[in-house]
Amino acid sequence: MATTTPTKPFLSRTWDYITDTQVWKSVFRHGMPNNSRNRVLVVFSNVFLHLHPVKIRKSGIRLKFTWCMGGLTFFLFLVETFTGLLLMFYYRPTVAYAYMDIIDLAEQVPLGVMRELHRWGAHAMVISVWLHMFRVFMTGSYKPPREFNWNVGVILLVLTLLLSFTGYLLPWDQLAIWAITVGSNMARATPLLGHEGPGAQLLALGDVPMVHAGSDARFALLGGRFVGEGALLRFYVLHCVGIPLVAGILMAVHFWRVRKDGGISGPV
Amino acid sequence: MAAVDILKDVVNLLTKPWLFITLSSIVFFVALPRPSFWRPRLWLALGVGGAAFLAVSMLDPDFGLIVRKPDNVPIVAMLFLVGFFVWLSMYQAHQNDARIAAGQKPMEASEGEDQKTWVWPDLVYTELLCMVIGTIVLVAWGIAFQAPIEEPANPARTPNPSKAPWYFLGLQEMLVYYDPWLAGVVFPSLIIVGLMAIPYIDTNPKGNGYFTFRERRTEITFFLFGFLILWVLLVILGTFLRGPNWNFFGPYEYWDLHKLEALVNVNLSEYVWVKTLGTRLPSNMLVRELPGILLVLVYVGVLPGLLMRSDRVAGLPIGLKRFYDKMGFFRYSVFVMLLLGMVALPIKMILRWTANLKYIIAMPEIFFNI
Repeated sequence: MATTTPTKPFLSRTWDYITDTQVWKSVFRHGMPNNSRNRVLVVFSNVFLHLHPVKIRKSGIRLKFTWCMGGLTFFLFLVETFTGLLLMFYYRPTVAYAYMDIIDLAEQVPLGVMRELHRWGAHAMVISVWLHMFRVFMTGSYKPPREFNWNVGVILLVLTLLLSFTGYLLPWDQLAIWAITVGSNMARATPLLGHEGPGAQLLALGDVPMVHAGSDARFALLGGRFVGEGALLRFYVLHCVGIPLVAGILMAVHFWRVRKDGGISGPV
Repeated sequence: MAAVDILKDVVNLLTKPWLFITLSSIVFFVALPRPSFWRPRLWLALGVGGAAFLAVSMLDPDFGLIVRKPDNVPIVAMLFLVGFFVWLSMYQAHQNDARIAAGQKPMEASEGEDQKTWVWPDLVYTELLCMVIGTIVLVAWGIAFQAPIEEPANPARTPNPSKAPWYFLGLQEMLVYYDPWLAGVVFPSLIIVGLMAIPYIDTNPKGNGYFTFRERRTEITFFLFGFLILWVLLVILGTFLRGPNWNFFGPYEYWDLHKLEALVNVNLSEYVWVKTLGTRLPSNMLVRELPGILLVLVYVGVLPGLLMRSDRVAGLPIGLKRFYDKMGFFRYSVFVMLLLGMVALPIKMILRWTANLKYIIAMPEIFFNI
């Protein structure tokens, strides 16, 4: 009669109760990942974690080797998606509204720091993607079998720059339109396809030029002869839908190929 | 006060594009292969010195005005980040080279490092930590600096200077030396194509998956020259040192709208016909530009073949025979074209600085200037 079962502390009992409910068990199919079996299961059974292998070489997770710049770039992409989504609630991409919507965002929206996060996050993403490429180059990680994934990475780098470039126009202030004017003026000089590019004059039917200010590469980019209503809408659609979609698909390919090409690179 | 002014004048002088780029290139080529240059203490001192220089310079109103622009803050941060990571990679590369020379494996493959560890918790916690730190930095940055908004867009009033977004300022800086069709279209395309071609041109099987310099001396030198000198340095030049009318202004110089720069640049055709032969420029465009056309044809048509024949050309160690032998004809052709494209920029820079050369081929009639 003298033996009493030692009662567990309250918190521990509560934890046991929660993890024993049907709701908990329907979400998590395994116990705490503190033994080998569960550490395998946690990676296998989680859609986000299953990008990873179950085990990884020690040097492959050391920050001094990896710098975490690729991961940081992806994280910043998610930050940009989230903050961008919130900004879309307030912003209308027309010449009449765009600028005032940005002013309202700063002055009327309580605790509004989303535009700051979005803009600084964009700058940070450009830098982190450069540093990621730099690390990959310096460790020779583009060498076989990872040649193709390096190429996907180069395209993602270009898309990152284009994402930032298209977003630059949206506040519709002096900085925005003139930066895009300077940037898109280059397209005017595209060989053959720009109306001030070498060779464009060759593309003419008799006296009628086929490539002129109203039909050249710059016009296609801006949807007009100058940075105006058409350019704003084009850049908005590309910035919010077009480029993120392509970048998202390529990111999936990029991460998939990291795994398929043997995981993070290391000495053989 | 006078001493400070002299110091400012010296810095203003040192940052003049020709001196800035030349000095940086010399430091680059001297430092890269020398392990002693990558000692942690030296770079710690450089970092602290750089930060101190920045802090003290903020007292100068003209310097502070440009550096404190909210959009320029990330570029200052990038400067320190690129410096840090260049050091980190080169330091580890030279460490690995010493290990390999002593018959050991690189650090990444050393005892214990080559063993496997659990992704949960070791990797996922690292990732979580990176995300948390990233979030904290971003939120602090967002609270400290408001996102800039200028006056409403006004197509009738062009700001001076009009600058492209900061990451394209390297390209805008190239416009000083080349026309838009090259600097804005062909070179950017070549950069992208060139980056994509790297894994197929570089046939060196060594240095796959670890930092090393000695095993990949040439690849790293080419890539870093492009990345650091022709990209990052030109971005810095375009951001901080280019003012109204894209004129050069030292970091402590007032951005004077009325600064006069003499336009003394001369085309090659004028050098040949007027200055050397003492005649007038021929009226026929193709005859007038014949010297330039021949020069460019030699550059892209004859030079690759010449460089391929031996390792030394005209006594200089610039021959590419060893690459041709390794790569074969097709890879070599792609490589040499990309290389000549990349070197075209420094070549034009030097010609501009030393001989005031404007265009090698100048055919504004058909928008074809090189």
